[in-house]
Amino acid sequence: MRGPLDADGGAVQLEQTWADPSGLIGWFEHVDHKSLGRRYLITAFGFFLIGGVLAALMRLQLSRPDNTFIGPDLYNQIFSTHGTTMMFLFAVPVMQGLGIYFVPLMVGARSIAFPRLVAFSYWMFLFGGIFLFVSFLLNAGPDVGWFSYPPLSEALYTPTKRADVWAQLITFTEVASLAVAVAIITTVLKLRTPGMTLNRLPIFVWAQVVTSFMVLFAMPAVMLASTELILDRLVGTHFFDVEHAGDALVWQHLFWFFGHPEVYIIFIPGTGIVSTIITTFSRRHIFGYLPVILSLVATAFMGFGLWVHHMFATGLPQLGESFFTAASIMIAIPTGTQIFCWIATMWSGRIAVKTPMLWILGFFAIFILGGLTGVMLAAVPLNIQVHDTFFVVAHFHYVLIGGAVFPLFGAFYYWYPKITGRMLSERVGAWVFALLFTGFNLTFFPMHVLGLHGMPRRVYTYAASMGWDSLNLLASLGALLMACGVLTFVVDAVRALSAGAVAADNPWGAGTLEWATTSPPPNSNFPRSPTAAGREPLWDNPPDQPVVVGLRSDARDVLVTHVLDAEPDHRLVFPEPSIWPFLTAIATTGLFIWSIFTPWGVVYGAGPVFVTMVGWFWPKSPDEGGSQPWPIAHRTLPRPSEAPAAGGAI
Amino acid sequence: MLWVCAGVFVIVLTGVFLALRRGTRTNADQDSPNASERALARAVGIAVGTTVVVLLGLLVASVWTGRAIGSLHASSAVTIEIIGHQWWWEIQYDDAIPSRRVITANEFHIPTDRPVVLKVTSRDVIHSFWVPNLHGKRDLIPGYITALWIQADRPGRFRGQCAEFCGLQHAHMAIDVIAESDSDFETWLDTMRRPASDPSDATARRGRDVFMQARCAGCHTVRGTDAAGQVAPDLTHVATRNTLAAGTLGNTREHLTSWIRDPQGAKPGNQMPPNIFAPDDLAALVAYLESLR
Repeated sequence: MRGPLDADGGAVQLEQTWADPSGLIGWFEHVDHKSLGRRYLITAFGFFLIGGVLAALMRLQLSRPDNTFIGPDLYNQIFSTHGTTMMFLFAVPVMQGLGIYFVPLMVGARSIAFPRLVAFSYWMFLFGGIFLFVSFLLNAGPDVGWFSYPPLSEALYTPTKRADVWAQLITFTEVASLAVAVAIITTVLKLRTPGMTLNRLPIFVWAQVVTSFMVLFAMPAVMLASTELILDRLVGTHFFDVEHAGDALVWQHLFWFFGHPEVYIIFIPGTGIVSTIITTFSRRHIFGYLPVILSLVATAFMGFGLWVHHMFATGLPQLGESFFTAASIMIAIPTGTQIFCWIATMWSGRIAVKTPMLWILGFFAIFILGGLTGVMLAAVPLNIQVHDTFFVVAHFHYVLIGGAVFPLFGAFYYWYPKITGRMLSERVGAWVFALLFTGFNLTFFPMHVLGLHGMPRRVYTYAASMGWDSLNLLASLGALLMACGVLTFVVDAVRALSAGAVAADNPWGAGTLEWATTSPPPNSNFPRSPTAAGREPLWDNPPDQPVVVGLRSDARDVLVTHVLDAEPDHRLVFPEPSIWPFLTAIATTGLFIWSIFTPWGVVYGAGPVFVTMVGWFWPKSPDEGGSQPWPIAHRTLPRPSEAPAAGGAI
Repeated sequence: MLWVCAGVFVIVLTGVFLALRRGTRTNADQDSPNASERALARAVGIAVGTTVVVLLGLLVASVWTGRAIGSLHASSAVTIEIIGHQWWWEIQYDDAIPSRRVITANEFHIPTDRPVVLKVTSRDVIHSFWVPNLHGKRDLIPGYITALWIQADRPGRFRGQCAEFCGLQHAHMAIDVIAESDSDFETWLDTMRRPASDPSDATARRGRDVFMQARCAGCHTVRGTDAAGQVAPDLTHVATRNTLAAGTLGNTREHLTSWIRDPQGAKPGNQMPPNIFAPDDLAALVAYLESLR
């Protein structure tokens, strides 16, 4: 496909136009969504490994009763940092990283919307993570849990900087994820290639856009809460200070109004991956496209109505609790609908069991169990018994590891060839799956029983007389197996970079547009942007499906289309690589960290942020950027045979 | 509920397995998925419908059980107030006559076959009262007083533990509930109402002086003496309790001695400071505490 175009020269120029600068300084200027997506994925995975090491330390401490390996002070820092890392620095960013990389490719766009904002987001995310772990190494890691309930997190009971570190880490990651959410929503609504109406949008992209809307509504709640907390701690406000007419419960409402949707922010992209992989490997369109999409949207709405089931033990009125029980139970309906649609797809498909599919089968086994214990937790009488015990620890690891991490590993195996141009080993992949699946169940299944036997969460040790030791030992051994599995995966992923079999453009025979380009994709994503005639364009498009013409190859032209039907609307010149997002992120980081030590940090720290933002948004002359109407001549796009070469004339 | 969920788990996974088997056996040439699309839609519809019905059933069961638990009422109930502290429990038995009020810590008695109303709150951070065999959790939230009803149907010792993360020693914050017959309960309560009696032997008397002169009395109360500290457990009848430091150690002479000398050893981070006593002062102090029955 590229051959004839290269000869023409247009494609070469197009590649140069969309290239990120090289060199050390250039490295900080990248705005290519593929480069940023890769960074997001690798960084988030790195944090996953660190979070895993923390988990292993906890399992080591709990492997026998009355253990003195880790004291309460360090243990509290470890479990708080583990939770914070996995939720804020791994689960959400890694899904957003997949979105940054694949959403533009799947909708046939040349770039993600607001690429500089996404670059800024990446740096904020990275700096936030570094800030957390440097604090941890300086013995200032958060130690009041990932939920930081006041009054425990107030200055009176946590006089150190640890809770401030937690609160500002939240600010870092929320800024980053809000920015990505905005970019993904805009990309999906305005940058889809002609023909890709909303009704043909790949389910993975639907999942990403639904998640992004959830981020927009959920994250402000926790940003508000953490800002109020840090104000209480630093400035002496009394939002949560009971002694001065503050209220300790308000925090829980605000936190869980974010915290419960957060679970779906992690899980919905997981379901998007499941739908994608099942479709590809069942070799048929998904059964029930519309119900699946409606389920995603319904889950997103209902996800905001269940937060109180985290607070059943606080003693709320019984009638009110019943509503939240009902909502918590009912959210199983859309999820169940999706599961039935997946089974129907597999039932009527022609399944190829490749490694990505193994992870999806693992997902079914683990997630369904987690979902059912979730239904059990919705019932108040049961909830108030197992709440805050290891039963809940088991439940949400089944939901999150089953519902997000297993699909994510499936996604790694599925998309690794597209990102790197190499295949991961199928044989090693089966081993990794076996190790993780066995290790996971060994680790977390016994926790259900421990919880039912009364072992509370967040305890650094337990007495031998409680009889909890053998199950804890079993769980710790399971964690060892999981660690082996993850390690094997890392080794294989690094090895395959240079030694893996070279990947074809579409090694799995999939139908979505990211497979319509080379592996890895060129700088401009598509030498000649494809259009879509169905939900799986590579399966549905006729051989002479029109292609996009009219975009210059010597400028970063992007076609902007209408929201609903993706008809061409106008042409927009996208921003060039720039160092300013990086500098702005440095300045913002300075402000956030400074503000922990003195409120004046906010005042003085705003100066550098202002300066770098001026640099970022410095006005450009009209011919450098801006939008131009889409010419009438291109309202009807030509067949490939009639189209001029890539980019080419307008 | 467990069995319903287990059943659903097995059914759905069987569905996945069957779909997988059928899907992998279908080969490329025999493909006419469209023919069965209607049947599939019907199957998925039935499955979703069944899900809704099962969930509604669970919802009704849940609300019904909740009401049953919540509707335990009686006029002749014993009222006990539980106040959470980092990291111990303060227990108060209310009474119309102030001198008949009882304050104790970490261990309390209830009569069997009679509803007991617990009013719970906290002095510092959020804790959660949880004695699994008597009731589910109820958070102790500063600024809020909530009430719950419990009833023990048989005598026995029921262990509980703080269930809301409350800081360094969340792991060592246990509570014991002893359920006993009405008469035993009244006897116990009468004992608790009495102020501490003067120790009869010389060592214990010397121990009392140590207690009053050292800083113990600044934090602890022993009713009937000058010790009236409010920030630490009431020790008026400490020798009757089964455990020390909220279930951390058994209440024995060795434990009591080591606890007074180095409370940070067994329960690092708790608010009792280490104490330096001459050996015979320490022995006298322990003897005094052991006399507080």
